[in-house]
Amino acid sequence: MYDGGKIIPGLIIFVLFITFPVWYNRGNAEAVPQPELPKHFKECVLPQADMRAKHMQLLNQWRDEVLRNGDWGFDVKIGNAKYQKSLMNTCMHCHTSKKKFCDRCHAYASVKPYCWDCHFTPVE
Amino acid sequence: MDKNRRDFLKIAGATTLAGIGGPTVVERLISGSSPAQARAGHGTESADHGSVTHAATSEHGGKDRPTGKRLGMVVDLRQLKKHPELMEKITRACHAEHNVPHFPNRKDEIKWIWATEFDKAFTEHSNYYKDTLTISNEVLVFCNHCDEPPCVKACPTRATFKTKDGIVAMDYHRCIGCRFCMAACPYGSRSFNWRDPRGGLDMNHINRHFPTRMRGVVEKCNFCAERVGLGKQPKCVEVCGSTRAMIFGDLNDPSSEIRKVLKENFTIQRKPSAGTHPSVFYIV
Repeated sequence: MYDGGKIIPGLIIFVLFITFPVWYNRGNAEAVPQPELPKHFKECVLPQADMRAKHMQLLNQWRDEVLRNGDWGFDVKIGNAKYQKSLMNTCMHCHTSKKKFCDRCHAYASVKPYCWDCHFTPVE
Repeated sequence: MDKNRRDFLKIAGATTLAGIGGPTVVERLISGSSPAQARAGHGTESADHGSVTHAATSEHGGKDRPTGKRLGMVVDLRQLKKHPELMEKITRACHAEHNVPHFPNRKDEIKWIWATEFDKAFTEHSNYYKDTLTISNEVLVFCNHCDEPPCVKACPTRATFKTKDGIVAMDYHRCIGCRFCMAACPYGSRSFNWRDPRGGLDMNHINRHFPTRMRGVVEKCNFCAERVGLGKQPKCVEVCGSTRAMIFGDLNDPSSEIRKVLKENFTIQRKPSAGTHPSVFYIV
């Protein structure tokens, strides 16, 4: 190899530079967020794993069903209680704190949903 | 295989004819078997033959209205005249219910329901010499929830649409703020949020069960879809109460109260020549 003395150190510097974020932040990983669950309610619309993975799809589905199909009624059954398909009036009825529930994961995952541009957060 | 020029031209000609004529024939056959589909494909055409298509769709309960419901309103201007404080009360109640902001600058104004002069509401009644009552009377105006809504045709994202109940509704999540609907609406029923609407609201006195809008979307009266969906009357009708200045109901139900009122009174509509078939009627 011609100029191996320059190329190999150059490659090493390049790889180190590219992987800088990985080794520089090693061990600094933030703790997995722990959203605060409601104390007085144990059941949600779907099982916990499904809610965690699919709550955004569920909210979009609810939005379309309510606005487009006029599905305003109290059709969501959780335990014995009946709820509307509503973020503000149903989800936030139990999850009374946006800061302690929504924001913990969303901040961690750097997700910025635009729900609260229009919908109200519960008074905290 | 022997190929000569004559055969080649024959085959080429036949293929060209089949290619051009085939789809047309198939289209004719399809449209012949189901006229409803053919009509759905010609949006502009139905606007030209307004009254004819309108009668056909409401009678057969077109594809977009499976239940055949068409919610409408009758505004009794005589009653509003009798109770002069009512219009202000209605406007305030509606705007409080739906968190409609108030901006002092008229250019930023957001309105769902408001009082206006007779001349401005009924521009087609171009009589210079109106009676004093008509001149002094104010008219309560809001979205007409047209049967042929031009705003819905103009909307490029389907953010505004007609529900199965005949309400011209908005999905603010989809609105991109292009304001085509505002240009299309002959009644000026729509307002654009130039500013963050929360800046024009007293955040201590808001209806926490109904969202606000965001900056950059168009908004208008929703016929209280969120109340009607729960079997309640719209807020304005509720405020009118026993004065019965506003009557709400299903225009397609012959036994409904609104149909009875329409049968017993002479009513006018705003800009009927626009061919929009408003669902709001006025008793003058």
